[in-house]
Order: sequence, then C-alpha cells, then structure tokens
Amino acid sequence: MSDILIDHVEMMFAGQRGMPPVIALQDISLAIADGEFACIVGPSGCGKSTLLKAVAGLVRPTSGRILVGGRLVLGPGADRGMVFQSYTLYPWLTVRQNIEFGLQLRRLRRDERRRISDHLLTLMGLEGFANAYPRALSGGMQQRVAIARALANDPEVLLMDEPFGALDAQTRTVMQELLTTIWEQYHKTVLFVTHDIDEAVFLGDVVYVMTARPGRIRARVVIELPRPRTFATMTSEAFIKYRNQILAMIHEESLRAIQQPVNKQAQG
Amino acid sequence: MPQRDGTPRAGYQSTTVAQARVRESDVTLPQESWIARYLTPRRSIPSSVYTILSVLGFVGVLAIWSALSYTRLVKPLFLPTPTEALAALWELLVRYGFLKDIWASTYRILAGFAIAAVVGVPLGVLMGSFKLFEALFERLIGVIRYLPASAFIPLFILWIGIGDAQKIAVIVFGSFFPLVLLVMDVAANVPRDYLDIAYTLGASRWQVFWKVLVPASLPGIVDSLRTILGWAWTYLIVAELVAANAGIGYMIIESQRYIETPRIIAGIVTIGILGLVSDTIFKQLYKWLFPYAERVNP
Repeated sequence: MSDILIDHVEMMFAGQRGMPPVIALQDISLAIADGEFACIVGPSGCGKSTLLKAVAGLVRPTSGRILVGGRLVLGPGADRGMVFQSYTLYPWLTVRQNIEFGLQLRRLRRDERRRISDHLLTLMGLEGFANAYPRALSGGMQQRVAIARALANDPEVLLMDEPFGALDAQTRTVMQELLTTIWEQYHKTVLFVTHDIDEAVFLGDVVYVMTARPGRIRARVVIELPRPRTFATMTSEAFIKYRNQILAMIHEESLRAIQQPVNKQAQG
Repeated sequence: MPQRDGTPRAGYQSTTVAQARVRESDVTLPQESWIARYLTPRRSIPSSVYTILSVLGFVGVLAIWSALSYTRLVKPLFLPTPTEALAALWELLVRYGFLKDIWASTYRILAGFAIAAVVGVPLGVLMGSFKLFEALFERLIGVIRYLPASAFIPLFILWIGIGDAQKIAVIVFGSFFPLVLLVMDVAANVPRDYLDIAYTLGASRWQVFWKVLVPASLPGIVDSLRTILGWAWTYLIVAELVAANAGIGYMIIESQRYIETPRIIAGIVTIGILGLVSDTIFKQLYKWLFPYAERVNP
C-alpha cells in the first residue's frame, strides 16, 4: 500500500524584514489512493510546489501531518521519488550513471544496476545515449533521464513538480503521452503538480484545484476519461468540458489574487 | 476534372514567382556597415580577426616601448631597449645562474600554494556547505583578507626566522584567505535541487556531501586554484624582500640597488611568463579533468 494522506497541513514562513509571516498552505487535507494519478493545479505562487516538497519530506509542515503508505513522513526517503522542473541531472555523471545513482547509493551489485538501467534506457527511448553527458541532450531527453532516475529506485510514490514546464509545446505533448503509457504499465501512485490545466486533465485520475495565497484546496475534480489516453483524448468533448470547468475556477482565483491587497495576503 | 488539372499548375506557377522574388532580394541585400559588423555589443567576430587583434595588443606595447627607448626619448636608465632587456636576461641565465633563482622562486610559490590549497580547499568546502562553519570563519577570514601580507613580515621573522619558511609563509598568507572565500562561494552555489534530488533517491547526509556537493564543486575549485596561483606570483617580491639569497624577487631587489634596469625588466618578464605557464597548465588540467564542463572562464 502506498496511498498518500495529507492531514490538515499548514505551512507558514517567517516574514522577512519585519513583514508578517506568510501562510503558504492553509488547512490542506487530501487523500490519494494507492495507484492513483493525482494532479494539483493552481495559479503560480499558490504553494503547490511547497506541498509536494512536504510530501517528499524536504520541508516540514508547520502543523498537520502527512502519511505515505500509512507511515508518517519525517524526512526524505527513497520510497518517494521526485522529478523537478529544472534539469537536475548531475553534469559530471553520464546518462547511465545518473539513472543508476540511487542504486549505487544502495550499493546494488553492478550487473543488477546494469539490468535496471538497460531496461529504463529502452523504456525511455534513450538507447545509444547511455554514455553521453547530460549537457549533450535536449531538454526533453534530460527530463526522460530524470524520470528514469526516479523510477530506477522503484519508489512507491512518484512526486513530479512541473516536470514538463520548461519544455516546448510539441515536446511536452510527447512527454505527457510517454508518462501516461509508463503509468498505465506501472500504476504507481503519482502526485503531479502543474499550472497547465490541459496537462492535469490529460494525465490525472483526479485534479485538485488550489487557491492563491494562502494555498487551499478549492475543488476536487474526478476525471472520468477512458484509458489508455492518447492524443485523441485531448480533442474529445468530455476533455474540453473538464478543462473549461477547471479553467473557470482558476480564472476566478487568479482575479481574486490580483484584487487582494498585498498586506492582507498573509492574514488570509 | 479540368479543375484537377488546373490547380497544381497554378500552385506550381506561384511557387516559381515566389522563388524568383527571393532570388532577386538576395542580390539586392545591402552590405552591413563596418561598424555594424565589429561594434555591435556581444556580437562575435571572425576568429582570424580575433587572433590578429590579440597579437596586435602585444605588438602595440612592444612598439611603444621600442619607440620610447630606441629613440632615447626616455633615458636608458629609466627604460632600456627591448634588446637590452633580452641581453640582460641572456646574461642572467648564462653567467649568473638565473635558473637557480627561477627554481628557488618556483619552489616557494608551489610550496606556499600547496599549503594554502591543502588547508584552504577543505575549509572552504565546509564553510560553503555547513552554516555552522560559515558562521565560525566567514567574518574572521573576511577581515584577515584585507590585512597586508607585507605588514606581517616582521612577525613571521620573529616566529619562524628568516629562512625559506618565512618566504613561504608570506605566500601562504597572501593566497590562503582569498582561496577559502572563493571555494566557499563555489560550494555554496551548488544548486539546492542537486541536494534535494539526492535525498529523494535515498542519500544520507554523508552521501549528499561526498557524492553531490564535492563532485559538483570540483570544477569551480580547480578554477579557483588557478586564479589563486596567479595571485601567488604577485606576492613573490614581497616574499623575497627580506634576507633572501636567491630568487627572482631577490634578483630584482638586488638589481634595483645597482640600478640595473634591464635586469629588473628581465625579472618582471620572467615572472609574467611563469605565471602564464602555470595558468595554461591549469586550463589544460581543467579540460582534461572535467570533459563534461561547459568551458573554462577566461
């Protein structure tokens, strides 16, 4: 079991230079079932990345608790793999060494590491690039390596922070299709943060819509689009209906955020 | 049916017209002005022009030097001619055992630099990685860095005498503190995401330090060492100021006593060449060690 339970999580950052403290997350509660693909969308600065880092154990919530697979999150661990928006491959390691990084930390045998990395290189269409250094790869390829690196550890949960945000539109579509294909094979629990509504609807079983500061969950939209999802899904009527529904909510939130006086933000 | 026949032909014709237009405009494209080609900010210039200009820089200095000295516009006492300087260098090498001086200076520089590096690099990495070490040393080193090395010479003589150790101490003092601060910056600028990713892949603190922070810092460290070795050469005169009996700095100070201007210039040029050689070696080392790195900073 590797469900995610976020239980009344609140995150507050100390105000800088005499400013009042900033409430980044307020009373967030959500439950993601084992094997579910959950997306979080929200306007920029709503704290969605912070929430993801809290699940990863990289930051501690001010109050509330997070459980993954029934275990309380106290710090980062190999059971929760993560992919960032920025290309975080280690430039001094080759593609294969990057993918095997987590396996090396666990001191896995060489042939065992090789078996896993070979499989992932094929899965990601990266054969022939095993010995290349990351800087020789395009942005899309670098993110494929980053996903492979996270999958190599066989984590229970995959946390993705706008992983395709820096890619061009064409590459992004290809990567989204690749990710659904992989997920339909592995059925890992995924928590995917994005500001791209199309992306969230296309990928997710469920989409959480977050409000602007202080970040709260405004709505939970269950996406009942058939799987396997393909490029054709994006042009279906149902898809567009979901997208417009979420778009309207986000738009309302963005307007509210703009109209809010700056000094009131922290008090929420 | 006739329509089918006509459509492609019309398309074909319009294509040729468009192509003809393109060809025409190719011919009439005006030449860019000299200023646009060479004086647009950040615009690159042909590498042949680049090479010629960089050689021209040296030639220019040599030309001004020659013009001032050969014409006796400036007295030889103040500025000897290039040939006189070269002759002085030759004489130094052949008759006065200048190679021994060069070796003595190189040894001091390398010894001082090695000591500074062996202590400074680990300390810098620790300070850049752990706020604890930063808090403990950063301000202190920031202050000491501004203290003039030459002012410590009397203290060094008092503490460690007038031998080679005192000369090396000046080099260590001059290079250690800036090196620590440079290396600290390198380690502190390792992207936070690199560390976070390692944690989510199951790394312990120890592993994050050794498997991410240290390898991520290495190219920057080698680059800092290159910069500092360059600075170390500039401390040579100060180091050999007191009670030296060999060394390039010593030779220069002695030549000053006898107003042997050509030798002073020969000594300065020698230091310049040695500095350039050590810099080039480090650049090659960087390329060889870090084939994945973007490029060496100039």
